[in-house]
Parts: sequence; structure tokens; C-alpha cells
Amino acid sequence: MATPTKSRTVPLTKRGLNFEMLMWLFTRLSALAMYALVLVAIIGALIMGARTQMNMADILRWGFMPNVTHVQNTNVPDLASWSSPFWKILASLMLLVAAAHGVHGLVVICDDYIVKPLGRQIVRYSSIVFMILMMLIGLYVIWTS
Amino acid sequence: MGLKRNVSLAKALRYKGQGPMLTYVLHRIGGLGMAIFVTIHILSTFMGTKVGIFTNSIYENWVFQIFLFFFVLFHVINGLRITLLDLFPTLIEHQREAIWVEWAVFLPVYGLAAFVILRTGLGG
Repeated sequence: MATPTKSRTVPLTKRGLNFEMLMWLFTRLSALAMYALVLVAIIGALIMGARTQMNMADILRWGFMPNVTHVQNTNVPDLASWSSPFWKILASLMLLVAAAHGVHGLVVICDDYIVKPLGRQIVRYSSIVFMILMMLIGLYVIWTS
Repeated sequence: MGLKRNVSLAKALRYKGQGPMLTYVLHRIGGLGMAIFVTIHILSTFMGTKVGIFTNSIYENWVFQIFLFFFVLFHVINGLRITLLDLFPTLIEHQREAIWVEWAVFLPVYGLAAFVILRTGLGG
């Protein structure tokens, strides 16, 4: 801390462009994408009358996953506009992006403790199976609720 | 080897990583917690009303929500800090200042949410 050093950055041409690097980038970009989705959901909730019918915690809950079951226990009188195809598509996008982001996060955590190549291989393959399974189940839940 | 550490647990707990270390630990706990929470949430909704009502009775408890909102909001706000510093790497020099800004954003947002949850939870 005593001597401040200029941070160095490696030019793009000298950076290794492999799958792990792309997933590193995906984690950051998907975070920004989820911010956009949450903002759309919160603005949409305010347009649909959440300002007087929902408290802040309920709006955040809707923002993180715009699924109609998340507003059932609030003071919203008519749920029809909250279960439109637009919100179902937005919820599906949120699910797919969040599942990929989250499962990759689990792989990163596992890599800190599992260092043998075979173990890492097993973690990667089982994470892909787990991710696709959760995406399918989640889509089913969103479109049937 | 990942699990063969040269420091004891007691020494590791006294490690003075300070601000950045704290955000790293909270980010990791929050991410892991969210993955478990969302998985159970989706599966219990999928399995039907009986299981869904049981897990929802835990999730809608105000004590659980206080913890959930802490880790989710921290992960979200800390994640934005990581994203911005990583996508604009020259800003990493100002990491400690960025962490102070992060807390200044997190505390009011979480404070407001926690206040609402507490007021509703304690029969307001």
C-alpha cells in the first residue's frame, strides 16, 4: 500500500482466448444483463400500480423473478396484467441467464477445492446436466403458474 | 493442492484481508446460498402444493427474509462493483474507494428492505 503502482493491463492480442476466459467474461456480462432485466421488471411493476399496492421488499422479489406467484400475497387486486406473455418471456430470460451464471459460479467454487483434472472434468459434466435440468424444470414452472 | 494449506484455521481467521477479503467471502457465501435457495425453490414449486407450501412457509418467514435479502442484495451490488472494475481494469487502483462506495449504496438499500420486512413481520 505504501507505494502506489500503476495497474497493468494485458492487450487483447496477448490474452489467452479460451473457454474459461469466455466464461469469465460471460459472468460479468450476464450480471449486467440481469441488472437490465431487474430494472425492466421494477419499472413495469411501478407502471402496473405497485407503488400503492406493494411494499419495497415485494417489488424487489418481483424484480428478481417476475413470476405472477410472487405478487399473489400482496394487495394487488387484479393479477391478469402480471401474468402476461411478456412477463413470462422476461422471467424465462431471467431464469436462463441466472442458471448459467449461477452454475458457472458453482464450478468456480468447486475448482478452488477440486484440483485433479479428473475431478474437474466430473464437476463440469455434472454441472451441465444439472443446469439443463434446472432450466427445463424452471421453464415448466414459469409457463404453468 | 487446494486443501493442503500451510496456515492453521485459527491463523486463517485472523488474516487481515480487510475490506476486499470481506466482500469476497460475503460474495461467495451469498452466491452459494442463492444457488441452493433457487434450486430448492424451483424444485419445491415443481413438486406440487404440499412441498411448495412447506418451503414457502420457511421462505416467507421474516427471519429467513432478513438473511436472504442481505446476501442477495450484497451479491447484486458487489457484483456490479466487480463487473465495473473488471471491464475497466485501470479502475482497480481505486478498489478500496469503490468498496466504500459499495457499502454506501448497499446499507441504505438493505436497510430500507430490512425495515419493511421487520415492520411486516412484526405485525405492522
